[in-house]
Amino acid sequence: MGEDADARKINHSFLRDHSYVTEADIISTVEFNHTGELLATGDKGGRVVIFQREPESKNEPHTQGEYNVYSTFQSHEPEFDYLKSLEIEEKINKIKWLPQQNAAHSLLSTNDKTIKLWKVTERDKRPEGYNLKDEEGKLKDLSTVTSLQVPVLKPMDLMVEVSPRRIFANGHTYHINSISVNSDCETYMSADDLRINLWHLAITDRSFNIVDIKPANMEDLTEVITASEFHPHHCNLFVYSSSKGSLRLCDMRASALCDKHSKLFEEPEDPSNRSFFSEIISSVSDVKFSHSGRFMLTRDYLTVKVWDLNMETKPIETYQVHDYLRSKLCSLYENDCIFDKFECAWNGSDSVIMTGAYNNFFRMFDRNTKRDVTLEASRESSKPRAILKPRRVCVGGKRRKDDISVDSLDFTKKILHTAWHPAENIIAIAATNNLYIFQDKVNSEMH
Amino acid sequence: MLCKGVKRKREEEEEQEPASQDWWLEEASSSPSPQAEASPAPLPPSSLFNLSIFKLHHGLRRGEPDLRHLVLVVNTLRRIQSSMALEPSAPEPPSPAPVSPLPVVPDAPMCTSVSTLLDDLSHIEGLSDTQTAFPEDAPLSRPPEPGLDPGRPAPLGSLEILLEDGLEGLFDDIDTSMYDCELWPNLKTDSGETEDKTQGPGLDVSELDYLMDVLVGTQTL
Repeated sequence: MGEDADARKINHSFLRDHSYVTEADIISTVEFNHTGELLATGDKGGRVVIFQREPESKNEPHTQGEYNVYSTFQSHEPEFDYLKSLEIEEKINKIKWLPQQNAAHSLLSTNDKTIKLWKVTERDKRPEGYNLKDEEGKLKDLSTVTSLQVPVLKPMDLMVEVSPRRIFANGHTYHINSISVNSDCETYMSADDLRINLWHLAITDRSFNIVDIKPANMEDLTEVITASEFHPHHCNLFVYSSSKGSLRLCDMRASALCDKHSKLFEEPEDPSNRSFFSEIISSVSDVKFSHSGRFMLTRDYLTVKVWDLNMETKPIETYQVHDYLRSKLCSLYENDCIFDKFECAWNGSDSVIMTGAYNNFFRMFDRNTKRDVTLEASRESSKPRAILKPRRVCVGGKRRKDDISVDSLDFTKKILHTAWHPAENIIAIAATNNLYIFQDKVNSEMH
Repeated sequence: MLCKGVKRKREEEEEQEPASQDWWLEEASSSPSPQAEASPAPLPPSSLFNLSIFKLHHGLRRGEPDLRHLVLVVNTLRRIQSSMALEPSAPEPPSPAPVSPLPVVPDAPMCTSVSTLLDDLSHIEGLSDTQTAFPEDAPLSRPPEPGLDPGRPAPLGSLEILLEDGLEGLFDDIDTSMYDCELWPNLKTDSGETEDKTQGPGLDVSELDYLMDVLVGTQTL
C-alpha cells in the first residue's frame, strides 16, 4: 500500500477487452455502506473498488446521484500456506462496512482465510510554506532562508487514502464465507465451513470460537455452515445457515459456545418434489435479517423464503425464483450450476426482496402486492437512463415476443451478488465483471 | 495508498430512469408455471452415481477442496446408493457412464464400513479438537434413514473400489490448531504486526528451516 501509487497504473488496470473476461475482474461481492453514500465491490483479483454517490446539484440534474469511483486498492494478495502447500486465493469473499463514527469510513474485507480492517480517509488540504523544505520536499539552501514562516494549510485536490488498520489472521482453518459486524460496533463474527469466530475490532491476536460443528470424526461430516449474520438490533443474537437448509438462531448470552441453538428453523421436505438433488437445492446460500429485525430472508437454489423469527416450523413466504429449472436439475448437477450460491437482499422498508438468477436476470418480489418481476442487467438490453424492460422466461406453450426460452438461458451469466441501498430505491447488480446501478428517479423514497 | 478516484473506462455504471411509479413492477407477471412439457428423461441412478463419483474424484484432486461441494456430492451419492440398494431388481442399463472413466461396480456390497473409506487424515497422531468437543446429544444432521446406525452417515461400500487412489481421506482434517504457538515457540502464528503494517507474506527462511527440521526429525519438540 505505497503512498505513491501511480494513478496511470490504476487506470490501465481497468482497461479490458470486451471480448473476454479477465478472471481477476470478476466481481465477487457488493455492499452499500450504512448511509448508501458509498458502495464497495470486491473482485477475484483481491481488489476493492469504492464508489461514491455524487451530491445532487440543480446545475447538472442528469448527474443527480450518480456513483463514481472514489477509491481503489489492493486488499488481499495471493498467499501460500507453507504447512499445507496450498495457495490461498486473493478473491474477496465479503465486504462489510462499519458504522461511521467519525470523518473516516471503515470496512472489513475478507478472503478465504484473512480478514482486514481498512480505513478510508480524505485529504483535501496540505501544509505549505515549510522553512527548510521547498515545494517538492527537497531541502532548501540555507543561505536563501532569511526569515521564519509558519506553514499554512492550503486546499488541494481531494486525495482518498486507504490504509490497513487491522489484520485478523490465522483464525480459520476452513474457507471464510461470511463476516458480520455486530450492532455493538465493537465486535464482529467470521464464519467458515465448520466454525464461527467472534472478534473484537481492536484485537487481532485472538478470537473466540462461538460455533463449532466439526464432528469428532471427519467421516461423520454431513453438513457445513453456509452463511451467518448478526441480528441488526440485538447484539447477543445471530443466525447461521447450513447446507441442509436449516437456520439456527443462537443467543450468545446462553453459553460461550453456541453449539446448541436457541431456535431451529427448518421446513420439512416436500415429498412430491423429492429427488436425489433435494438436499443440494435446499442448501441455503445466503441469509439476511430484515432491517426491522423481525424476519429473515434465505436463498436456496430455486426459491427465496421469508421467515418470521417467531415461527420455526416453516417460512411465512416462499417465492419461486426460477422454478422452470426444477426439471433440469440433472443437467445443472452435471455442469455444477446447481452449486451456485446466489445472494438475496431486502429493500430499506423490507417490503421488496431481490435476488439474482441466470442469463443476467434478477428478480424482485413485492411482499405486499405479491407481484414479481424479472429484469435483465446487460449492456445489450439497456441503454443509460432507459427504462428496464421486464423479461419473461417461457417453458413452452404460448411464447410472446421477447420471451426467452428456458433452453436459451445462458448459465454462464449468473447474478450472484446484489445489494440494495439502505434507504432509497437504488440497487447494485454485479454481472460477472460488470457493475450495474439502477435507480428509481421518480419515486426515490421508500414506500 | 493515495489515489485519485477516476471513473473506470469500459465499466460505466448505468443508471436507469423509470417512467412509472412502480418501476420494478411494470408489466409484472408471475413467472410462468412449468408447463407439462416432456422433460428430458432423467439419468438412471447408475449414471448419476458415476457422475457423482467423478465429481468427488475431481473435487479431491484440487489443492484445497471446496468442503461444501464435497459434502453435498457425498450426501447425494449416499442417497443414490440407498436408492439403488433398495431396488436390487431394477435393471441396470448397460450404457457406459457418460463422464466417468472409472469402472462401474453397481452390485458391490455395501458392507465396507465408513471408517475405512472416509478415513480421518490426521497428520499427527492424536490430533483432536478436544476443546470444542461436539455435544453428541444435539446432532445437527436430520434423523438418519432407517436401518442405519443412528448418527452415522450411510456407508459407501463401492467407493473404495471405484476411487483409484484408494482415498486416503475424503474429508481431509486440515485443522492445524495443534500447530499453534506452543509447539514451535519461535514461530508466532500471530506475528506481532503493528496496526499500521501489513502482515508479512509468511514464515521467514529461518523459521521455515526450523519447521523443516522438525518434520524431518532432526529436531525434537
